[in-house]
Amino acid sequence: MSQYVDLSAYQGWACADCGEPLKPGKVDISYLGNSFPVELLKCPKCGLVFVPEELALGKMVEVEKALEDK
Amino acid sequence: MNQQELREQENRCIQEQAPACAATCPAHVDVRGLADGIAKGDFASAYKLYRKAVPFPGIISRICNQPCQTACLRKDLGGAIEVAALERAALEFGSHDAEAIKPLPRKAKTVAIIGGGISGLTVAHDLARKGWGVVVFEAGDRLGGGLWKTPPDLLPREVLVNDLKIIESLGVEIRLNTSVGRSGGNGHSTFLARLCDEYDAVYLAVGPHSSDIPDLNMNENGQIAVDPLTFQTSLEKVFAGGDVLRTSVNFPTQEIPHSAILSISDGRRAATSMDRFLQKVSLTASRSNEGPYETRLYTNTDEIAPQAPLIETDLSTRYSREVAETEAARCIQCECLECVKNCEYLRHYKGYPKKYIREVYNNLSIVMGTRHSNQFINTCALCGLCAEVCPTDVDMGEICHNAREQMVEQKRMPASAHDFALQDMAFSNGEKFALAHNAPVGSRCEAMLRTYNEFVFFPGCQLSGSSPEYVEKSYAFLREAFDNNVGLMLRCCGAPADWAGRKELFANSQSEFRAEYEKLGKPKVILSCSSCYQMFQKHYPEVEILSFWDVMNEHGKFKKREFSAPVTIHDPCSTRYENHIQDSIRDIIVKMGGEIQELPLSREKTECCSFGGLMWLANKPVAEKMVQQRINESQLDYVTYCAMCRDFFARKGKRTLHIFDYIFGEEKSDLAAAPTVGFSQRHENRARLKEKLLRELWSETMPEQSAFESIRLVLPDDVQNQVEDRLILVEDMQKVIEYAERTGKRMFNASTGHYLAYYKPTSVTYWVEYTPQDDAFLVHRAYSHRMEIGMGAQK
Ligand code: SF4
Ligand code: SF4
Ligand code: SF4
Ligand SMILES: [Zn+2]
Repeated sequence: MSQYVDLSAYQGWACADCGEPLKPGKVDISYLGNSFPVELLKCPKCGLVFVPEELALGKMVEVEKALEDK
Repeated sequence: MNQQELREQENRCIQEQAPACAATCPAHVDVRGLADGIAKGDFASAYKLYRKAVPFPGIISRICNQPCQTACLRKDLGGAIEVAALERAALEFGSHDAEAIKPLPRKAKTVAIIGGGISGLTVAHDLARKGWGVVVFEAGDRLGGGLWKTPPDLLPREVLVNDLKIIESLGVEIRLNTSVGRSGGNGHSTFLARLCDEYDAVYLAVGPHSSDIPDLNMNENGQIAVDPLTFQTSLEKVFAGGDVLRTSVNFPTQEIPHSAILSISDGRRAATSMDRFLQKVSLTASRSNEGPYETRLYTNTDEIAPQAPLIETDLSTRYSREVAETEAARCIQCECLECVKNCEYLRHYKGYPKKYIREVYNNLSIVMGTRHSNQFINTCALCGLCAEVCPTDVDMGEICHNAREQMVEQKRMPASAHDFALQDMAFSNGEKFALAHNAPVGSRCEAMLRTYNEFVFFPGCQLSGSSPEYVEKSYAFLREAFDNNVGLMLRCCGAPADWAGRKELFANSQSEFRAEYEKLGKPKVILSCSSCYQMFQKHYPEVEILSFWDVMNEHGKFKKREFSAPVTIHDPCSTRYENHIQDSIRDIIVKMGGEIQELPLSREKTECCSFGGLMWLANKPVAEKMVQQRINESQLDYVTYCAMCRDFFARKGKRTLHIFDYIFGEEKSDLAAAPTVGFSQRHENRARLKEKLLRELWSETMPEQSAFESIRLVLPDDVQNQVEDRLILVEDMQKVIEYAERTGKRMFNASTGHYLAYYKPTSVTYWVEYTPQDDAFLVHRAYSHRMEIGMGAQK
């Protein structure tokens, strides 16, 4: 799913709590018992994850619908 | 609805039945398809259809007595379609000269055909094509039998000869000058006995001749007795058809009504039986609608203007291409589709119920794989218009509703389909809105006299959401009309759960209602929302209900209003069969001085505004089409009596009033153009209504607020529209920000100064990008998803 977002477009974001800039990293995204490893930006310290709007409203909705109809 | 019931429903849809012409034609020529091809200039495909049903197209198209015309729906609208003339045109402009018919590989068995007339030759044609050996015995010196008696200007001899060549080209053996005598030969007492011995099956088609065949049983009319389905005679191997069947030994000289197309039909049907006989399979299995029959197809011709053929036509008329195309275009292309014509949703999916029900059935039976019809099933508005207009009462609403219940039971209902509406229902039945009180007590004496009220007003959640002030005013009106003997019940009737197929959730909301209702002493329930009314009708047979509109019409005092033009009424689809409510509304408008112009589809034929069945939530594009269709039906202002109908129409720019606008609204303001109320505001309005009524009427206060409710948001217009469109509520955003600010879990962008945070209150994760601003938060965007971050999600 990671290929659907260009992570470099979101470089200005940092974790407000830890003060660390977000870095690309593996995150599991799951729905209805299905899990997908995705490369997303997250806080290297506390693991706070950043899901960009384009991913949430694009590929994620598509996958949600497909899994719901399975 | 179990699978068998679903099958029954499927069979009730008659859309796939043959049109009257094809059903009446003994050979079932697809006249509709033929006319369609010709009308489009495609003579070749028209010819192909014709050739498929008729083995000798040249002959039949010139001599057919056209029984199809007696049934044609054009008959009284300018005259029946000139079918044979179109068939001749198909032949003339659509057939290729050298037509090679490829028979199947030759099989071992051989049949004998007695008689080389049209019926015998049809059997020869059909069986030879299937690869059986065929020998034709003809008493005369040429094939064709009675066809040679047709005047040559009607049936040119080269046409006749040409068509007969088809038989030769199939490799059929022809024995001329061989008559069927009483003498058998070859050691047999009769000819038939001998043929039975020498061949695997026999077809007797000796034409209109004395039918005294010693080996065969006769019926009471003195005709050869055959099984009407299979054309088998009393001898297992012998089949009979054509004019011989209509000839009686009792009246050997009587003229019989000859019909070439009927002889062809007999031949075809007998050939089917003989083929099965030779293959040793059942002669009778799944055979229906052979020969002429009455179709069940219904076609509405109300809108069809009469139109006569371009030129006078008889069997000798030859059309030019142009004349043929014009004549073919007169064909009505008979079909039903009554429901599809009236429902945007059924039209959208490009099929019709028979097909749809099959798909629903498949969708429910899938074990593995994608369920392609989920969205179809969830889109129906459950409005019942289809059943109202269907000649056989097929109700797609009931079918879809039932399918939803089954999907929920199978745990196959997509979570996202109805969630938003179910949350809304939960809100309305929660402490923010739900309320059940007896009327505020006016005096001590009243308190002593009355423990319970006789009535309770149930305004429903949607009117309270869009126009809370009308709830207050109508409650005040009722208390005045009924001597303060009216309690108040604020909550949702449970329609969203019912529409979503959530039986259990609906049952829970029912028992909650019942508990409150019993506490109030089982008063009569006065309902102003038509969806509520429908729910109570259907699901609370023990509760006595009244329509608010009937009460208003009877007890209200109406002042005259200014009407600059007539108005038109949109009846909510949930009032489809509530004539009394529809009447009350019309009465009220007239009492206020209004003039009504009815929509073509009103009362029991009214359409849904897309709120019904949660269509608006399950499939926005189709819902919008549905709204568009409805609001295009008249230029006049619409008046309706459901808050949601008003909302859906007004949102698409249609000038629409709730009848309360006339009764309680400000005369000066243009209420038909008043803006609609968004989802968050509806929650807010309901909560405020409860708070205000509690305070003013019962001197009570609302329960404590949750922490997130004190988060103040600033929403610029574009963000306001964005979140409305994305079904994100103010309270969802408040929860995200409250959580982020309390825990510090948020992201920061130094170049924009924006914060970003997410939070998942139940099953949806909400994201908000914001900037703190004084004591509030400026929202830049919000979005959501259902997929979960992390591995947690279980099925
Ligand atoms: S109008 Fe056309 S389809 Fe209908 S019965 Fe006549 S020929 Fe058949
Ligand atoms: S109205 Fe619709 S459901 Fe009813 S028979 Fe016609 S096509 Fe079928
Ligand atoms: S939306 Fe109404 S008319 Fe259309 S199929 Fe559903 S119940 Fe029938
Ligand atoms: Zn961190």
